[in-house]
Amino acid sequence: MADFISSFWDLYVAGLTTFGLLLCIVLMVANMTKQKPGASPQMQGHVWDETLREYNNPLPRWWLILFVGTVVFSIVYLVIYPGFGNRLSTTPENDAGLRKEYADEVKKANEEVGKKFAAYKGTPLLALAGNKEAMETGQRLFLTYCAQCHASSGKGSKGYPNLTDNDWLYGGDPDTIKTSITEGRAGVMTPFAGTLSAEQIEDAANYVLTLSGLDADNASAARGKDVFAANCTVCHGADGKGALSMGAAFGALGAPDLTDGVWLYGNSLEAIKDGITKGRNSGPGSFENRMPAWKEFLGEDKIHILAAYVYSLNKDRK
Amino acid sequence: MQSQATYNYKVVRQFAIMTVVWGIVGMLVGVIVAAQLIWPELNLHEILQYGRLRPLHTNAVIFAFGGCALFATSFYSVQRTCHTKLFAPGLASFVFWGWQLIILCAAVTLPLGFTTGKEYAELEWPIDIMIAVVWVSYAIVFFGTLATRKVSHIYVSNWFYAAFIIAVAILHIVNSAEIPVSLTTLKSYSAYAGVQDAMVQWWYGHNAVGFFLTAGFLGMMYYFVPKQADRPVYSYRLSVVHFWALIFTYMWAGPHHLHYTALPDWAQSLGMLFSLILLAPSWGGMINGIMTLSGAWHKLRTDPILKFLITSLSFYGMSTFEGPMMSVKSVNALSHYTDWTIGHVHSGALGWVAMISIGAVYYLLPRLYGKTEMYSTRLINTHFWIATIGIVLYVASMWISGVMEGLMWRATNPDGTLTYGFFVESVKEKMPFLVIRLVGGVLFLVGMFVMFYNMIKTIAGEKAYNAPVVAPAAAHA
Repeated sequence: MADFISSFWDLYVAGLTTFGLLLCIVLMVANMTKQKPGASPQMQGHVWDETLREYNNPLPRWWLILFVGTVVFSIVYLVIYPGFGNRLSTTPENDAGLRKEYADEVKKANEEVGKKFAAYKGTPLLALAGNKEAMETGQRLFLTYCAQCHASSGKGSKGYPNLTDNDWLYGGDPDTIKTSITEGRAGVMTPFAGTLSAEQIEDAANYVLTLSGLDADNASAARGKDVFAANCTVCHGADGKGALSMGAAFGALGAPDLTDGVWLYGNSLEAIKDGITKGRNSGPGSFENRMPAWKEFLGEDKIHILAAYVYSLNKDRK
Repeated sequence: MQSQATYNYKVVRQFAIMTVVWGIVGMLVGVIVAAQLIWPELNLHEILQYGRLRPLHTNAVIFAFGGCALFATSFYSVQRTCHTKLFAPGLASFVFWGWQLIILCAAVTLPLGFTTGKEYAELEWPIDIMIAVVWVSYAIVFFGTLATRKVSHIYVSNWFYAAFIIAVAILHIVNSAEIPVSLTTLKSYSAYAGVQDAMVQWWYGHNAVGFFLTAGFLGMMYYFVPKQADRPVYSYRLSVVHFWALIFTYMWAGPHHLHYTALPDWAQSLGMLFSLILLAPSWGGMINGIMTLSGAWHKLRTDPILKFLITSLSFYGMSTFEGPMMSVKSVNALSHYTDWTIGHVHSGALGWVAMISIGAVYYLLPRLYGKTEMYSTRLINTHFWIATIGIVLYVASMWISGVMEGLMWRATNPDGTLTYGFFVESVKEKMPFLVIRLVGGVLFLVGMFVMFYNMIKTIAGEKAYNAPVVAPAAAHA
């Protein structure tokens, strides 16, 4: 089937549009009569099924005017907007016509609301977090752009970090939060299915459980300590306190602190084994741990407010 | 054996009775899905899940209930207005059994999750083929009867039935063009892709409304309103103008379902304008029906069948005003995807289609058993008032709910963010209206049970009757 934008459909439709409008006009004109409504109606000369007969009353005048009105309106509309195929209209569907109209409207609206966001761009993030009015705007932005993953409360859900618990993968100071929003984040956990045996993974997982004082199989955990030391400490640190604990240079890794009782994917033995086995965000078909970069979509001014808002969500800062 | 030739009422009887039966089934499923929207716990099992029952509801009321009503009335009136027996009675019988089989196949496959995903054309390819075969048989019976008519002029109801039969055949075959990929999973893929598929689908979808639910039922109106009122049709001239204008312009209205989508703007404008032009031709039918009653208005007081017929025309007038308005792009920007659309559809489906069908079936039933009256006229009156109150509750609640949610979705704060950033906020606000809608739907269903009782009492123990063929009236001067 030819595309709608090929010239055939364009001409075909323009032709039929003209035909249709003419048909309506011809129908109306051909059936207008001088007979006044209310005069004794003329009866057609046929009878069907014993009783079915037809008067031939004239077309009601108000109805005819309505019909003419809609046809005339349509012709005027078709002169202004595209409809005779894609031609003839004074505002065609192209960059000089409707699309420009749309782009101008969007630009105007953005300029209008943009002022409200730009008003805060000079305010330092820490000060902004204490500005009630700005934080109300921040909440609305958060509900529009962030709540889909992080929930309306900011408390997140499985795989999507809680932004209110003072626990940070990449750092919770206002500037780092702003960087996370602007550039996005993509934390990768290596899959160990090919490197470690099932027993080794089980042992490592048991050891990880003990790091935050959870119940574990002690014998297995004891064996797991060596597995952990050989495979996990590069990112999670020798004590399992995560990348951030090893200094700023490691901050971008995003490897979580395994000792603080905060779990992005759950704290069951199975969940931890699953993470070690398959990794996270570790290849095709794996979409975890991906925070989009909002730089292009939201722009600097909105991100500035959002960063302050997310910072403000953490009330009892350590 | 009767010595005189008689009309074939058998197939009419079968379809008339099944109209009532499928009406109850279809509306019952409607009540269930309406309740599921209030209490999601009612999604008890995957085969009873909303997403599967909703297409079952629409298919059952449109094609099973509406379809049987159209078959019954067209087979009845075409014989009587052509003064001849039904052409190919064996084929007519095949149409009945074939259509019932199609309905049963739909009732099994839709809850099991077999669907093409095209609205009002969900049935998979083997059923599509059955529909095409039955429909062509229907056309042969109808046009065969017309061709063997004993009067020279074709009565206006037959023009509308004819347009309906031809258009539905074209619509069904073109929109159902699909490539089957499996017999066991019944899966097929549409022959069209992307926005073209959408355009073909809504060209079909809106014309299903235009020809199945409008032209067909206007055919019904043109026979049963003048018959029941015992008055001549108001204006032959008006019927000519509105017939041709209606069948031409309806064909172009489909794109109004795709406003503000990937469909090119010129197609959207066209859909909007031809929908707007449709207002007058649609009202032509309403005027012709209601004005047929002029000089016999008093009959409305005592004749509940006429009440059904005339009220249906009022709802037809309201819906065909509302429809063109909703197709205007700036109105559509508010109404689209909201409950307003559901309200609009049901003002047409319950108010127009169901009420005129109910009136026509009340007219038919006694005559198909050699009687002149239904078992109880009082019960027809009761049915009328229950149904009318039900529709008013249904439509009014959906108007309010639809406009409200449309306004909530578009509300923005001064900084350009959404006032109601969460969809669920608008869902919470509409709860009371969903309950009122359910009450309206339940009332309408109760009315159908009243009708069923009245029907059983009318026909139980009665002998089927086939009226003798009436000789055409002598030519008029």
